[in-house]
Amino acid sequence: MISPKLVEVGRHLNVNIITNSEIKSVEGEPGNFTVTLVNHPRYIDPVKCTGCGECARHCPVTAVNSYNKGLDERRAAFIEYPQAVPLAFGIDADTCVGCGLCENMCVAKAIRYDDTERESTLTVGSVILASGSQGYDPSSLDYLGYGKFANVVTSEEFERILSASGPYRGHLCRPLDREEPKKIAWLQCVGSRDTNKCGNGYCSSVCCMYAVKEAMIAKEHAHCDLDCAIFNMDIRTFGKDYEKYYLRAKDKDGVRFIKSRVHTVTEVPETGDLIVRFVNEAGEILEETFSMVVLSVGLQVPETSKILAQQLGIELDKYNFALTDPFTPVSTSREGVYTCGVFQGPKDIPGSITEASAAACAAGSDLAAARGTDTKFIEMPDQQDVSAETPRIGVFVCNCGINIGGVVNVPAVTEYAAGLPYVVYTDHNLFTCSQDTQDKIKEKIIEYKLNRVVVASCSPKTHEQMFMETLEACGLNRYLFEMANIRNQNSWIHSKTPAIATQKAKDLVRMAVARSATLKQLKEKVISVNKQALVIGGGVAGMNAALGLGKQGFQVALLEKEAELGGFSRKLHHTIEGGDIRAYLNKLVSDVTSHDKIEVLTGARVVDFSGYKGNFTTDVMLGSNNEKRTIKHGIIIVATGGKEYTPKEYAYGQDPRVVTQVQLGDILEEKGAGDLSSVVMIQCVGSRNDENINCSRICCQNAVKNALIIKKQNPETNVFVLYRDIRTYGLMEDFYKEARNLGVIFIRFESENPPLVESSPDGMMVTIRDHILQRNLEIQADLVCLSAGMMAEDTTELCGIMKFNRNPEGYFIEAHVKLRPVDMPGDGIFLCGTAHGPKLITEAIAQAQAAASRATTFLSKSEIKLSAITAHVDTEHCVKCLTCVRSCPFNVPVFNTEKQVIEIDEAICHGCGICAGVCPRETIQLNYYENDQILCKIDALLAGGM
Amino acid sequence: MGSVRGKTSGSVMVVGAGIAGMQASLDLANSDYYVHLVDKLPTVGGMMARLDKTFPTNDCAM
Repeated sequence: MISPKLVEVGRHLNVNIITNSEIKSVEGEPGNFTVTLVNHPRYIDPVKCTGCGECARHCPVTAVNSYNKGLDERRAAFIEYPQAVPLAFGIDADTCVGCGLCENMCVAKAIRYDDTERESTLTVGSVILASGSQGYDPSSLDYLGYGKFANVVTSEEFERILSASGPYRGHLCRPLDREEPKKIAWLQCVGSRDTNKCGNGYCSSVCCMYAVKEAMIAKEHAHCDLDCAIFNMDIRTFGKDYEKYYLRAKDKDGVRFIKSRVHTVTEVPETGDLIVRFVNEAGEILEETFSMVVLSVGLQVPETSKILAQQLGIELDKYNFALTDPFTPVSTSREGVYTCGVFQGPKDIPGSITEASAAACAAGSDLAAARGTDTKFIEMPDQQDVSAETPRIGVFVCNCGINIGGVVNVPAVTEYAAGLPYVVYTDHNLFTCSQDTQDKIKEKIIEYKLNRVVVASCSPKTHEQMFMETLEACGLNRYLFEMANIRNQNSWIHSKTPAIATQKAKDLVRMAVARSATLKQLKEKVISVNKQALVIGGGVAGMNAALGLGKQGFQVALLEKEAELGGFSRKLHHTIEGGDIRAYLNKLVSDVTSHDKIEVLTGARVVDFSGYKGNFTTDVMLGSNNEKRTIKHGIIIVATGGKEYTPKEYAYGQDPRVVTQVQLGDILEEKGAGDLSSVVMIQCVGSRNDENINCSRICCQNAVKNALIIKKQNPETNVFVLYRDIRTYGLMEDFYKEARNLGVIFIRFESENPPLVESSPDGMMVTIRDHILQRNLEIQADLVCLSAGMMAEDTTELCGIMKFNRNPEGYFIEAHVKLRPVDMPGDGIFLCGTAHGPKLITEAIAQAQAAASRATTFLSKSEIKLSAITAHVDTEHCVKCLTCVRSCPFNVPVFNTEKQVIEIDEAICHGCGICAGVCPRETIQLNYYENDQILCKIDALLAGGM
Repeated sequence: MGSVRGKTSGSVMVVGAGIAGMQASLDLANSDYYVHLVDKLPTVGGMMARLDKTFPTNDCAM
């Protein structure tokens, strides 16, 4: 999943990657900082290095492979992993013996033994700190036996063990004897939620999820029925749809979840097995033997980030996370310096990506006046029309150092290519991807009037775009290019049989040449972008999204269905950290309504919608007199929000002494806790049940927040929290601890054995089964407070008009759970706040800024160039069977009832080719992959006499 | 790079080239700002490039 991002940053004209470097100082002021960097030596020039790997192959020195967490070895000349960006090797100076072998072998002359540490400076307007985390090192926790017993590994090491590129090539093995384990135990909260032994009082927010995932993947890899047990205090699968995965692991795949505290791990010396000694919920000390133990280590801010913070003069919290305010979640204590990811606080990948976009929004807003002043762009010459010309094909065969040339007889393949139809020029190069070869290709295109180019080298996935740009640079249409992959699909897999590999290379080149002759020049459609934005929903998320866009200089129409802005947050008073929500909301509303770029439309209802990215049209009815407005806009941000579930459980609505957390918040705000002598809170009301499988994420902290307010106002009040798992993730764990310290009593119950609530004249009577005491407890309460879950606002009508996809719980579906958490599947449409899933105000603000940032990537362009690889219909021969309409995963082909034809809008076609494949009459063709352009390759292959 | 002429620079420095740093860089670069992406390691990718599969889709992290 991360590879495409690696490639994108690696290739982006406006991202300058500076590796092996650290920050020495940041001087100056917001908008104009001077940064001094320390550039450590790499000893291999990343510009010259082609990543061929000859240096590593000949390096005689072995070193510990830190990428695989020390479980195997690498060479002193190394690259961390095959997909690395930049694709350049480096030399590990600590182990290199300076033998000179790599220098002799490097054909690209990239080795620099004399490389030294340097300093360089940058001028930047904003700084974003995303320095991340490291796994907690459990070496000092001797009771767990890490470092002492070979089969006790950390979760980071276990990730590498499971990985196909890991030390055991993806085979599930334990380190001691490379035997496949029969039983694995995961021990949770190692280096988290532990102020005694390691000082990290926070919850790392990710370990429960990765432990469940590791158990599930390990079960897939195992040849036996692997027994997986996860020893935990609480399972905190609080994210959107995370609970479903946990339940699948528990109920379907038999992963055991054991509520416990681990006492010690000891080894059985004869077998290398491990005995886990633990205390269960009933207080019994038990032992169980496992073949392997995985320590679920928490996330921790590395030492280098503390130094970074000092150099930048930004404040850290007591756990060394960057200090931020609940209402400005990505701003550090220094103006113009922003933060995101785990340096901001423990969080998972979607959370990090969301915050990264939020930080980009904040950093960009400060510099909006200077947008585009530092960016580079390439001027392309006008395209020449070669459609009437006979094909004149140039073939460039790559040696890839010795990656191809060491196996395949490259000169022979080149000579063979010269004899193929329409080929007028052939050459072979040491590295066809190098900059000097690009220049050479350009020269030859002009000199030989080439109108088709074939490169026989590596994978189009990584290199096709670059070669296509080379064609464009000399006025040749980019689609007149074809690649033959004679490395990944040939020399690498037939390295032992060079003669056959050479023959196969010829076959692949013959096929590529045949196809290239059939290629047509294609025109990329250019669409204009309307710079106006539409934000639907005027709560905290919608308002922040509108402000984020307004600050970047874009006009925004903000729709709110109610008469006033604010949404659900109007019902709230304080964040758990003590942030004043009312004051914040008032300021936010005033900022939004007074912003000259934002038009607020209250009492608004969407009644019609059409268009595509860059060019949407939405009709809105406004106010009570139903005034109609048509808004033309380039992007949409959906922030329709959520509400508190109205309980049907526990006599809610029948007895006024049963309230929700939101109502309790009001009571505490108005009357205080002075007259409360006993309060019982019940968690997971309307969440984690058959009707709503998911966790509502916010209710545990809500209970803790209100419990703390009660205890602080009136320490005499007895507060009981009846819970299933306490999910105070991240830094909120401190408040949970504080609540326990102040005497709030937490009692766990199982979902099949919920508490019983009865009304009586003297108060409410709550009966609960206590696990530790193994008996029923009766608690008298003057208030029973239900932690009611969150629900999405009803958006049925809106979705009917705008055709947005929702999950069964009514939350909108993002384009990708992990990598595109605020993008919706349709281009130009974004999502934030509770409309996406339950979340805290702080999280909604970050997500709103993220949506604004994602939208800015669209709005900052005047036009969008679309790929020419789209499907088109031959309407004359089409029989209107509607197979394409039914098959398209993006609902692009439509039947125009007026014209009686199938239409495929190239502006929204994704070019996947499914319709072309299923069309029974072959009347749909996919540009660049037309039937004869594919079939001619097969013909060419068979013509070789296979 | 950078602006010596005016007060405000159109460039941003992102420190750390893990998934967060890369996403911030791409958003900014695609919004017409120039980005310097700095990492202490020889390679971008950070912690996510060291994972096997990811929760809850079981997609390959790489």
